[in-house]
Amino acid sequence: MTQLTIREAISQALWEEMERDQRVIILGEEVGLWGGTYAVTRGFYDHFGPERVRDTPIAEGVIVGAANGAAMAGLRPVAELMTINFAFLAMDQIVNGAAKIHYMFGGQFKVPVVIRAVGGGGRQLGATHSQTPDAVFAHFPGLKVVAPGTPHDAKGLLKAAIRTDDPVLFIEHATLYQTKGEVPEGDFVEPIGVSKVQRQGSDVTIITYSKMLQLSLQAAEQLALEGVQAEIIDLRSLRPLDMGPALASVKRTNRAVVVEEGWRSFGVGAEVVSRLHEEAFDYLDAPVKRVAQDEVPLPYNRELEQLALPQIDDILAAVREVL
Amino acid sequence: MATVVKMPKLGFDMAEGLLVRWVKGVGDTVQQGEVLAEIETDKATIEVESEVGGVVHKHLVAENTAVPVGAPIAVIGEPGEQIDAAELLGQTSKPAAAVEQAGPAKEKVMAVESAEDGDGRLPGGVRASPVARRLAAEGGINLSELAGSGPLGRIVKRDVQAVLGAAGPAVAQRTLETVRVPLSKLRATIGRRMTASKQQVPHFYVTADLDAGPLMALRRDLNSRLAEDSKFSVNDFLVKAAALALREFPNLNSALDGDQIVRHGEINIGVAVALDEGLLTVVVRTADQKPLRQLSSELRELASRARAGRVRPADIEGSTFTVSNLGMYQVEHFIAIINPPEAAILAVGSVREEAVVQAGAIVPGSRLQVTLSADHRVTDGAEAARWLQVFRGYIEAPVHLLV
Repeated sequence: MTQLTIREAISQALWEEMERDQRVIILGEEVGLWGGTYAVTRGFYDHFGPERVRDTPIAEGVIVGAANGAAMAGLRPVAELMTINFAFLAMDQIVNGAAKIHYMFGGQFKVPVVIRAVGGGGRQLGATHSQTPDAVFAHFPGLKVVAPGTPHDAKGLLKAAIRTDDPVLFIEHATLYQTKGEVPEGDFVEPIGVSKVQRQGSDVTIITYSKMLQLSLQAAEQLALEGVQAEIIDLRSLRPLDMGPALASVKRTNRAVVVEEGWRSFGVGAEVVSRLHEEAFDYLDAPVKRVAQDEVPLPYNRELEQLALPQIDDILAAVREVL
Repeated sequence: MATVVKMPKLGFDMAEGLLVRWVKGVGDTVQQGEVLAEIETDKATIEVESEVGGVVHKHLVAENTAVPVGAPIAVIGEPGEQIDAAELLGQTSKPAAAVEQAGPAKEKVMAVESAEDGDGRLPGGVRASPVARRLAAEGGINLSELAGSGPLGRIVKRDVQAVLGAAGPAVAQRTLETVRVPLSKLRATIGRRMTASKQQVPHFYVTADLDAGPLMALRRDLNSRLAEDSKFSVNDFLVKAAALALREFPNLNSALDGDQIVRHGEINIGVAVALDEGLLTVVVRTADQKPLRQLSSELRELASRARAGRVRPADIEGSTFTVSNLGMYQVEHFIAIINPPEAAILAVGSVREEAVVQAGAIVPGSRLQVTLSADHRVTDGAEAARWLQVFRGYIEAPVHLLV
């Protein structure tokens, strides 16, 4: 095990996969000479060359479209979108292209593309650059949506995303790149579509992912001081959504809180609560609470932005409400 | 101006009070400071004085009702005043819909409903969490008799567990969940037949302790020359020995039918086979006439069909005597219930290695206990004991089972 940041973990995964498989290429805005807006691909251009690390025009539809075509033709492209907010410009290529081609061509073509996109708020980037539209993309069958919350999972899941023949939207959180954690030495893959118990507890189940996993873990430490043991389930991928560990946990704790960074309405929490209701109704001892972003365009002002985003105190309050 | 009277807190640790008696009835005039009702707390019966004067407009709880501190108990208004009690209660606090108690019972509990659910739209008329409902149903607890400790008076898991008693929440976390499993057809049949047998057949029991040494030696010797899938089990010998012994004792191979004893022409030995879902008795027909190897292979085939759930009707019908062997589970001995309409059943324990006295010296030996359960309507203890003697003869000189 070594301590890595999520940035290093993602960078390592890309590097190792490019070394392992000549078909893996990278394309996106400023990924080459500049080394990536979040410095994930720094050094890649010099090492792998301009053929495999390609700077593109500022045109997201082109980035994903070219990646889809390259994937259909036999490469395994990793397209980087500077923020997930720009993915809306590539929406047709993502949901009508990547997510549908295998199906609509009767399996004759595979689209093994990975779209890396940076999401989440908290960096004062304003309402149009700070969104968490994960649920929007998780809505579409045919597209895998992965959102890791630890360096370990970031590395293992990105490798899995590159190796799977299905298109994967890999959502990185803008404020998690410096988050450190233990990562195994050498090559390893984490399965996509498998939730993980990140902390064991007996009193309440917190179901979450990505940045909110880190906040939930901190909240759990505080709850432990009050004698409340929270079990934390990290969904890790939203599609496919593995409810197994969450259901097993809720059947023991009888109480659950779902924590997501996106807006509450029609969100990840809504989906999770619905499944708990369908499959664990007779085990619930309190209504399942959702912690989510306030339903406003995210403010630029630092204080207001933090106020609108879910915080540890919000998680604590929700847990106390269901206990 | 109407006033809602609430259950007063009459002691530091008082959580609820039992309203024993209304001193002022509906329509009575009450002065400020006059006694309105009598309340029994854990410690004493206390008179509750009215804080306002007026006319008692409504009692909100019946006598002999336990009421939480702060819950509304009555409405007092001006003479002739039109009072919308529901509206009034909505303004003040959640009204109490109390459950009447048959006298001052020890369990003083009540269900609390909020104003908007007072019309009984809650399932079963109570506010309870799904898990509380499930646990209550499994534990046979009536939720309407419980007080809820959750928000809005919701009955939650801990409330049901508190009533379920002994197993507190901490312990309950560790115990396996209580589940209700419908009786399988097989279980139901076993239950029906065994109950009938134990109730209607006068059983008696005779136990014998046999020397299993010669049998074990013979089996070892025979098996050493046989392929793995055709080796003899101890049970093969026991079935054969029982069948041969029955030839001499037709009363034990019989069935009572009204005022007649049916002595069967065939000796068909049933062998109990344990399955996950219950017990099945497979039948070796004319077991006394079959060579041991044939009997052994038939039994193996029957048992494997039973375990695979593929028995045929002929496999399990027509037994005239049953052998039940728990020897593989290291039991000293046990007593079996007769499988009607048979007259007897033999229960076989494990072969034990132990010290035995032989000609005044202690030597190592192999012993085996068997217990015959027999129907006293068709046979007696002496006959059963004599059957066991013959059976012992075969087991202790097992070469006779081969000829």
